[in-house]
Amino acid sequence: MAARTLINVPPKAKRGEVIQIKTLISHIMETGFRHDNVGKPIPRDIITSFVCTYNGETIFEASLYQAIAANPFITFHTVATESGTLAFKWTGDNGFVQEASAKITVG
Amino acid sequence: MDEPLATRRTVLAAIGGAGLALAVRPAQATPETMKSAIRQVVGEAAVKPGRIKLDLPPLVENGNTVAMAVTVDSPMTANDHVKAIHVFTEKNPQPNVISAKLGPRAGKAEIQTRVRLADTETVVAICEMSDGSFWSNTVDVIITLGACLEDPI
Repeated sequence: MAARTLINVPPKAKRGEVIQIKTLISHIMETGFRHDNVGKPIPRDIITSFVCTYNGETIFEASLYQAIAANPFITFHTVATESGTLAFKWTGDNGFVQEASAKITVG
Repeated sequence: MDEPLATRRTVLAAIGGAGLALAVRPAQATPETMKSAIRQVVGEAAVKPGRIKLDLPPLVENGNTVAMAVTVDSPMTANDHVKAIHVFTEKNPQPNVISAKLGPRAGKAEIQTRVRLADTETVVAICEMSDGSFWSNTVDVIITLGACLEDPI
């Protein structure tokens, strides 16, 4: 199931400027601690890792746990070094993989 | 004629009992499990208070989504930067919240996310600096409606 993603990266930045990156992905983040209406445990289904690369170089990565709310929202910063692509990758339980990317022009 | 081995009544009672047993809620993490989770990350190093700031609202109505920000006071240069930020909770069923790896390219050591909090509890943020030191900040949060443990209807 493809998840919807929302990426907020400034399209233009000055060289050396610290930019804020906001990411949001639609995901249930089922903890595995809950039970359905007949008492059966609902299996865990979460995103376990998030990686952001800037022109191929990893600039931010995070391990996520059940304590991250549904539809994980992550904000972080990076230094705008050169024009290029920021690639985002979420991986999770049951073979979940979602990728997204954003372009940035540094002048 | 002999009594049947399992009447409908006994079978139903057994199923009901099994259902109840399954519905037993998972044990909460205790401050000890949080401490051991922290030990796994920091090892034998000492964790000093300061340099890191964990921003959480002091009173939360709904623990299912709580906006959290972690900021570390660091110049973020190649020689002096934040390597990682970890957040732990005391009473969630599982103590880890997030572990983020940063580097000098981050420019600014600040992350934001939304977390789940199961109960009125203590949240601890720990950062690892490039010189190998660990710093922490502890925040107490009051939760009116906890996350994780209530079952969907």
